[in-house]
Formats: sequence, C-alpha cells, structure tokens
Amino acid sequence: MDESAPRVRVIGIGNPDRGDDAAGRRVAALLRGTLPAKIAIVEHDGEATALLACLDGVEAAFLVDACASGAPAGTVRRFDVTAAPLPQRIFPFSTHGLGLAEAVELARALGALPKHCIVYAVEGASFAAGAPLSAPVRTAVATIAERIRAEIAANI
Amino acid sequence: MARRTIKVDYLARVEGEGAFKVVLRNGKVENAEFRIFEPPRFFEAFLRGRAFTEAPDITARICGICPVAYQMSAVHAMENALGITVAGPLRALRRLLYCGEWIESHTLHIYMLHAPDFLGYSGAIEMARAHGEAVRRGLMLKQVGNEIMTLLGGREIHPINVRVGGFYRTPPKRDLAPLAERLKWARDAALETVRWTAGFDFPERARDYTFVALRHAEEYPFNEGRIVSNRGLDITAAQYEDYFEESHLPRSNALHARLKDGKAYLVGPLARYSLNFDRLSPLAQQAARDAGLEPVCNNPYRSIVVRAVEVLYACDEALRIIAAYEEPERPFVAAEPRAGVGFGATEAPRGLLYHRYRLESDGTIQEARIVPPTSQNQASIEEDLVNFVESFLDLPDDALRQRCEQTVRNYDPCISCATHFLRLDINRG
Repeated sequence: MDESAPRVRVIGIGNPDRGDDAAGRRVAALLRGTLPAKIAIVEHDGEATALLACLDGVEAAFLVDACASGAPAGTVRRFDVTAAPLPQRIFPFSTHGLGLAEAVELARALGALPKHCIVYAVEGASFAAGAPLSAPVRTAVATIAERIRAEIAANI
Repeated sequence: MARRTIKVDYLARVEGEGAFKVVLRNGKVENAEFRIFEPPRFFEAFLRGRAFTEAPDITARICGICPVAYQMSAVHAMENALGITVAGPLRALRRLLYCGEWIESHTLHIYMLHAPDFLGYSGAIEMARAHGEAVRRGLMLKQVGNEIMTLLGGREIHPINVRVGGFYRTPPKRDLAPLAERLKWARDAALETVRWTAGFDFPERARDYTFVALRHAEEYPFNEGRIVSNRGLDITAAQYEDYFEESHLPRSNALHARLKDGKAYLVGPLARYSLNFDRLSPLAQQAARDAGLEPVCNNPYRSIVVRAVEVLYACDEALRIIAAYEEPERPFVAAEPRAGVGFGATEAPRGLLYHRYRLESDGTIQEARIVPPTSQNQASIEEDLVNFVESFLDLPDDALRQRCEQTVRNYDPCISCATHFLRLDINRG
C-alpha cells in the first residue's frame, strides 16, 4: 500500500441499484467530506478479493453492509471483528463466490486484518432492482453514519 | 450384496448449487449422477423482444465470474447477424478484456476453490493460515485481472463498456502504461503459480477425452476460431447445432449437451490447451514443459496446472497487446439493424460458450440460444466419476467423498451459468 495513503478507511459495501443493499454506500456518501482528511471513504461492490486489497495495510477500518437475518428492517448491529468472526448467516449470499464474512476471515488468516476493525450491519427490507432505500433503512443509515463519526472522534 | 453410496448434497467451492451421488455395487460403479438443482433462469426467454444492442448487458448478468465471455459471444453473434467485422485495435482490446477475465476467474479457482483439495484443507481460509504467501500471491494476481476489467469494462464485475461493434469508450494509450507495470509483476506471479501447482500430488488418472475448443490460425483462442476436436471435427460456429445437441434430464436443471452421436465431450482448459499448445506464447509453452505437462494433457487432475499456464499466457498476451496498442479512431463500428441469424462462439474460462440469435428487421431479438460450458461438461463429469471412483475404493468414505468432489472441481463448474449444479451421493452398495 502507498505510504501516503490514509490509514483509516470507512468502507460502504453494496449495490447502489438494489434497494436496501445500497445502505453501506449511502453511509459512505453521508460521511464523505465530513471526516478528517486522513480518513478515506470508499464505496465498494463487496467483491471479496478487492475488499481484502482495500483492508491491506490499513490500521482501522469501519465496514458497513446490508444484511438479511430475519430481524426487523432497519435493525443496526455492530460487530468488533477483531474479537470474533462475523456470524456468516446474517449476510446475504454473494454472487461472486466469497462475501464479507469470508473476506474478513481471509484477512485474519493472512494477518492482514486491521488492528481496529468494526462492521456495522443494517437489516434490509427489500433488495429489489431499482428500488429506493426503505424508510427504516434510511433512518438506520443516518444512525450508523452518526455512530461512526462518534467512534472516529473518540478513538482515532 | 455390498452396496456403498457416496453422496454430497451441496457441493462447496463451486459457483452455484449442485450435488452428486455415486452408487457402487460389489466394487463397481452402478450409477453416477451429477445434479444441478439451482433453479433455471430463463435468460433466453428474457432476451426475446429486446433490442440487439441489449444482449451484451443482459447476458453479462448470467455470471458474476465470467460476464466477459457472455458479452463476447453475444457481440460476435450479433455482428455475425448484422454483417460487420471488428478488427484492429478494437479487436485487440476485446482480447485484452478477455485476458482480464481469464486471470480473474482462473486465479480464483486455482487458489481459493481448487488448491485446498490438493493441500488437504477444507477451504481457502484454513489453507491461508499455513500457506499465507501463496494465498497473498493469488489474491494480488486476481486483483490484476480485476484492474484490466475495471479499465476496459468500466467496473470489476459485470462490465458495462462493451457494445455491439466495439466499446462505448476506448482507453487512451497512456492509461494502459500503469497496467503494463502491474502485468509484469503478474506474469512473474503466474509463472510462480505454474511452479506451485506443478508441485502438488496428482492422482495418475487419464481418459481418452473428445476435446472440443476453438482453434485460430495464429492465436491461442479467445474470441475467434473454428470449433475443432481431436477426432477430426472442424466447423464454424454456424454449424454448431448440426453437430451438438442438448437434452433435458430430470436430475439437472441444466440441459445436457452431447455430440449428435450421443458421445460426451470436454470443453475448457484441458481441451483448449491440448488442441492449441502450439499457439501458446513461447514463455507459456516452456513453463508448461517445465511443469511436466506434455502438449496434450489427458489427466483432469492436472487441469489446475493447465489453468495456471493459461493465466501465464493471459498475462503475456495482455502485455503484448498493450505494447502494440494504437488508439482506434472510433470506439465502435456502427451497425445497422437487419433481419438475420447470427452465431458466436468464444472461449469462456470454463470452455466454449455458444450463442445464436435471430433478429427481426428492426434488430429486435426473436429467438436466443445460449449453450454454456458447464452444460457441455456435465456428461464428461459423470463419466469421470464412473471411470475414476472404482480406482479410489480403498479410500475411507470421507476421503473418497473428498476425492469425488475434487474430481468435479477439476471442471471449475459454474452451475449458476449452466442452470442449469451439484450434490454428491456415494452409494457403495
């Protein structure tokens, strides 16, 4: 990784055109321009190997993704993945073979997991093509952006 | 009577949903079935009534791993129907894009899906703890494939820059220079991948396959060439349906393709390599020989080495294309709609991918036919199971089941594409 590149990343994962799957990217968009310059904001499609490259050499990462676990829409969960793996069952299947949970575990196996690595998951209601964010997820997106901003202010 | 069943209800480390079941009676295989239960996806029906210009973007959605293959077969078939030819730098850029997909797809299969079979791990994450350096190399190599896709395709997955006649936008020469630097590293990493895979333990098994692949007068095939076999077949894409037929079997949501004489055949890296060894670059040929491969490879377990050779070739070829690249005057050749039928066959990472379209005079698609590589390989997968399982019967059940899974994964089956995939039942009777 480029030495001058930011060592803290907020990575919003999802497909911008699949309803609530866009939640992670909307969090990234909300935070853009509001955080110190040393913090990079990345919007990501979730492809696992590219995600690993995105985590490599980073000191702290905040990842945001939509999930589908059967909880009420808009439910926000926070996972400290440096402490334990993600519960794989709550994330939707990736069509690209490997998903976020696998990317995190591969990074851990390779010793490439950032020292500080937090995943926010928001429960989606609809992942329909072309749909807007559902109302509960729209509210959750604002909540997560605020929580990440507070965590960065307190810890980074 | 001794009966033993080997069964896998949900095959891991493949794209999509499939299973297999092998039933043995008194040490002989009674039945081997590879089942694809992922639901059918009806892409051929979605295409009817759409404009010819939409086919590359719609068909790219068939697969998250090999969208370029679908785009390429689609645009070649459309151009065939419309009577246009894409040559020069636009043709070269298509080859470059295909290099990106082969690097990405083959590297994913080699490192993440298949190598754990040879090194005795349940998956890539477990393997990464002991083989971190190799896994890192694989991930970085795949990333270079992604970079080609992003530059030419507009994004890593489901590229959006391909159109009938060429591209929406072509890159200026200066944008390719940084990619060349990355590809030089990738070529070394690919060479190391060939050496790494060549060091695995391979079961000494071979079959007298009917290999089917494209063959081109000068090039290792991506986009163009005649469809040939090692049994004398030599036809154009337009003749494909005269020689191959698909049928529906109740156990699979993918149509089974066979030669019209009923025989199974093999598409993919082993076939492509064995029919086109002389078209590989000198570097790739030498690496293959150094890895212990003959110019024809009949051992499907060595397909992982052949894939690595193809990754090396793709890096080498990508560098050649970039060095020779001159910016085209226009990003595409314009095509006027007309009524007609068009045929296209290109080499997806997993093998030959055939498309046929019938167009109305305004360019609306009346009919579409798509035959993906995994559909074509299903019969061959079952024959491998029938032929090889008996020779592995001294293995305990778990090891035998694992060996059967490895046998299926030799094909890098893309069940989502074929949907038309895999459960493994081993019934020993």
